[in-house]
Amino acid sequence: MRWTLEQLVEALRLLGSLDRQVIGALGLSLGLATLSTALATAAGVPTGIALGLGRFRGKRLLTTVLHALLALPTVLIGLVLYTALSSRGLLGPWRLLYSPTAIVLGQFILALPLVTALALAAAEGVDPRVRLTALTLGAGRWRVARTVLAEGRGAFLAAVVAGFGRVFGEVGISMMLGGNIRGYTRTVTTAVALETAKGHVPLGIALGLVLMAVALGVNLLFLHLRRRTDP
Amino acid sequence: MRRRTVATVVLALSVSLAASGLGCRPAPEDASAPSGPGQGRPIRLATTTSTDNTGLLDRLLPPFERWWGAPVHVVAVGTGRALQLGRNGDADVLLVHAPEAEEAFMAEGAGVNRRSVMFNDFLFVGPKEDPAGVAGAGSPADVLARIARAQAPFVSRGDDSGTHKMELSLWKKANIAPAGSWYLEAGQGMGATLLVAEEKRAYGLTDRATFLAMRDRLALAPLYENPEALANLYSIIAVNPAVHPGANYLGAMALAAWVTSPAGQRIIADFRIGGETLFRPLAVPPAETAGARTPEAAP
Repeated sequence: MRWTLEQLVEALRLLGSLDRQVIGALGLSLGLATLSTALATAAGVPTGIALGLGRFRGKRLLTTVLHALLALPTVLIGLVLYTALSSRGLLGPWRLLYSPTAIVLGQFILALPLVTALALAAAEGVDPRVRLTALTLGAGRWRVARTVLAEGRGAFLAAVVAGFGRVFGEVGISMMLGGNIRGYTRTVTTAVALETAKGHVPLGIALGLVLMAVALGVNLLFLHLRRRTDP
Repeated sequence: MRRRTVATVVLALSVSLAASGLGCRPAPEDASAPSGPGQGRPIRLATTTSTDNTGLLDRLLPPFERWWGAPVHVVAVGTGRALQLGRNGDADVLLVHAPEAEEAFMAEGAGVNRRSVMFNDFLFVGPKEDPAGVAGAGSPADVLARIARAQAPFVSRGDDSGTHKMELSLWKKANIAPAGSWYLEAGQGMGATLLVAEEKRAYGLTDRATFLAMRDRLALAPLYENPEALANLYSIIAVNPAVHPGANYLGAMALAAWVTSPAGQRIIADFRIGGETLFRPLAVPPAETAGARTPEAAP
């Protein structure tokens, strides 16, 4: 008990003296998570809406597969991409392994099913009358999709936030595809793993606290956005 | 209204992206255009956790990076993984410590220009009470025999690293196949493995550098030392550019030249934690012993 408390106190003390490297790792974590979430949003939200509004054969099967993909483990994504990105692999000539791009790619694959599934739920959650009204008013398919997006924006925003949260705190992909290279691919989560391995438990906790604080800040920002956009 | 939402989200995303500095190429030392002979092309160094976790590379690499004009990207893994990265062409140069595995690596043509860099030794650590009586052992094999006889907990790296390979060769010498609930395979780096040993009140084999670097955070005691039988030799190897034409061969050789140069070797010799030397340089031996210690100096 006393030891645990000591580690926590030491972690809080270290918070005041976090150096440029930590700021760099934090910036990288934020940047990578933002980029991969943006990509997953761009691909996942339209797909989710199309799945939610569309009527076609195999829809139920597709939805089931999508939900199964939510359980995709990060190490598996990491491993499959590793074999693809290694210079012996399919995409070897691009030399992407151990680069920030590789992490974004992995995080994109991690976030995509989640964002899509939540966007699907958001689209289905919009009052069907909205869609019918739009259709009666002569709206085309695109117009209907945009109306649904506007009507369910809170839920769609929640999908984006969930995607961000999933990738921001993720460590397996960043470690396997980024390689934890200092000043290049060392994110906050891989730094926590490294410091723990070195026995610097308080520093690991301090970094974890920073990560939590930033995640909280991002969520507050989204909450603020959501309030502002509510009519 | 909706357009404004989209604009705000885009703005928020781009601000955090800009803040992360993601858009620009990595430039660890300064943001100015690289001017050294490396012309900005990074060197990928795959190395063992013992060289990176101890802080040696933080001392050894920055002067080189400044001169070379490009960063060295360090991937710290076990020696087995590092050699595999070299085979796959996912690293340009390796700093590793498993002589037999390195020789196999060289024999299959995966590497070129292997040079000894430095050495230290492995040692057996364990709980201070030493329930298996390891401290009085006569040889490394005897240490393991005593541990096995007492069924005292023993934590192995279990990760195909240089230290793990050393441990396995010692079990072989002792004619024991370690198995049972007392034999734990951590599957992690040296530091993490020592932490497991500490928690389990177990024995373990460690390289001296990692043990010294973590000593003040560990209750484990050094119990058996034998620098000759437990020598730990580090070598640097360039990935064969004939096998992997994309490898940064010039960078690999420049880095090898730096760590084996008198200046680089002095940095290694001067690197201390708590007053103790972690690694002893080997590439530039004193004149009177030249040829006696470095394999490449032999005819």
